[in-house]
Amino acid sequence: MAKITLDGIRHSYMENPVEEADWALKQVDLTWDDGGAYALLGPSGCGKTTLLNIISGLLRPRRGSILFDETDVTPLPPDQRHIAQVFQFPVVYDTMTVYDNLAFPLRNRGVDPATVDKRVREVAEFIDMSHRLKERAKGLTADGKQKISLGRGLVRTDVNVIMFDEPLTVIDPHLKWQLRSKLKELHQRVKRTMIYVTHDQTEALTFADKVVVMNLGEVVQVGTPVELFEKPHHTFVGHFIGSPGMNVLPCALDNGKPILAGQPVAIANQAKGTDGKSLEIGIRPEFVSFSGPNEEGGLPVQISKVSDAGRFRIVETKCDGQTVRLLVGEGKEIPSDGARLRFDPANTRLYADGWLAE
Amino acid sequence: MNKTVNQKAWLFVLPVFVLVAFNAIIPLMTVVNYSVQETFGDNTFFWSGVLWFEEVLNSERFHDSLFRQLMFTFSILAIEIPLGIAIALTMPRKGPWVPVCLVLMALPLLIPWNVVGAMWNIFALPDIGFLGYVLNALGFDYNFTRQPGDAWFTLILMDVWHWTSLVVLLSYAGLVSIPDAYYQAAKIDGAKGWAIFRHIQLPKMKRVLTIAVLLRFMDSFMIYTEASVLTGGGPGNSTTVLSIDLVKIALGQFDLGPAAAMSLIYFLIILLLSWVFYTLMMRNEES
Repeated sequence: MAKITLDGIRHSYMENPVEEADWALKQVDLTWDDGGAYALLGPSGCGKTTLLNIISGLLRPRRGSILFDETDVTPLPPDQRHIAQVFQFPVVYDTMTVYDNLAFPLRNRGVDPATVDKRVREVAEFIDMSHRLKERAKGLTADGKQKISLGRGLVRTDVNVIMFDEPLTVIDPHLKWQLRSKLKELHQRVKRTMIYVTHDQTEALTFADKVVVMNLGEVVQVGTPVELFEKPHHTFVGHFIGSPGMNVLPCALDNGKPILAGQPVAIANQAKGTDGKSLEIGIRPEFVSFSGPNEEGGLPVQISKVSDAGRFRIVETKCDGQTVRLLVGEGKEIPSDGARLRFDPANTRLYADGWLAE
Repeated sequence: MNKTVNQKAWLFVLPVFVLVAFNAIIPLMTVVNYSVQETFGDNTFFWSGVLWFEEVLNSERFHDSLFRQLMFTFSILAIEIPLGIAIALTMPRKGPWVPVCLVLMALPLLIPWNVVGAMWNIFALPDIGFLGYVLNALGFDYNFTRQPGDAWFTLILMDVWHWTSLVVLLSYAGLVSIPDAYYQAAKIDGAKGWAIFRHIQLPKMKRVLTIAVLLRFMDSFMIYTEASVLTGGGPGNSTTVLSIDLVKIALGQFDLGPAAAMSLIYFLIILLLSWVFYTLMMRNEES
């Protein structure tokens, strides 16, 4: 049980990294509070598995240090860090029973048999495996095997953090949902720090209290799911989270006011310190709407495509060569011509070089 | 739904059937034919029933060579399988040494069997062979052409040298196919050397090891060429294993009936033991 601090972590898989692009992890400074449910979200190859392996000790970073509470654990191997990890593909010890699998981490550490038995039965009950303790682990389905992997992490009482490396990849879709809610429930019961690595935003947003979004080897934003949705700190976050993602529209600046297709746009943030940077307006499709026939102003657009997504329709419009998407609720009318768009000023923001302008 | 019956499909199987008939069924039937008849000159044959089978099964000579055969096979299995696994475990899994090791390991397997026998024969000669000379110089009274113990030692050493590589290569293939996540999980679970071998590596190598044991069992049970070149079954009959004995009876004495009966018994023993091995090693697979 510990707070985990990553201090200036940099890592490269090359012996002598020269360019910035040689670094798989560019610079990571993060703190994970004890007992939190975190998700590490990012596209494939963004460095999230690297970061996970650095926390677990399977990989030693080239620069920086990892602290568990106040202790520097950077040089320690995985078994001395008291961590647990659930891998993408289920790892069970084939020749052992479910019981022996769960007992394995304790027996390796020389725990006395009575305690082992007590812990194994407790954990088996947590993961709904009490009735299958005597079965061979080999015969279990993929979700059963993942539960065993998780159980091996829960069985030790000294575990600082349990890490999940895209654990639902091989699980059937209808079981994914079940296992995810089970995991959430487990977190509330055992109150251990959990870090969940995924590239699936639904998994991240349903599991985690706090989501760490990564891209190209760096952390772009840390926040609650709501914060990530409402106030993306980077156009990448806006784009990656949400379906469809945020509209990102290149714009110009005139007297401190952003200009889009010749019209001024009201924004929620300040356009300070943006000189010489490439500017973009970011707004989620949820906050764009058609102006009513009697309303003044609005961005004139042509509607190019309408796709039905159930409770709403996704309307794709063209304005000055740029695509702006918006959501139109069921039963609401889509104007046939002379359509104009209205941006909600509270949720329209200016980004400079990708980052939120402040 | 009605199935259309089309007997023409048999035509497609015919080539294979003809091939198998010529290379396996017909020769085997010739042996069966010999085994139940007595042969005299001018190609005259008389029905003799199970006489030859009774004779072979009751002969002390057959018992002795069968016993020697079992001794040989179990000795080399007991050495080659653990040794092969041990070598495979120490081989590098990545880097420039991998191809070097693999080629070195494959070398003994590429040498023709009679050459292996001849090589070891010369290598082990007590006066001019390197092995024989060194052993004698070290004070051992070593002479594989005269002393049965030395002949056995040389025979087993030769087989270990020749065939351990096969076990190594198969085990190595099994080892490299284990995903990294297993080793990582074992590290996190605090498993050390022996536990990793016992619970991860050995179970994952099980299938290839089954193949290795079966191949080595069948091959060693049929060993002829190397042993025949090295010792020719001697000194005396001390290294006369089943196949050497069979050749002596069939081609030396030209006793076709007993030799045929012995071949069939020999064949059935290999079949039976292979089945026993396979069943034992696969027993845990289903449960």
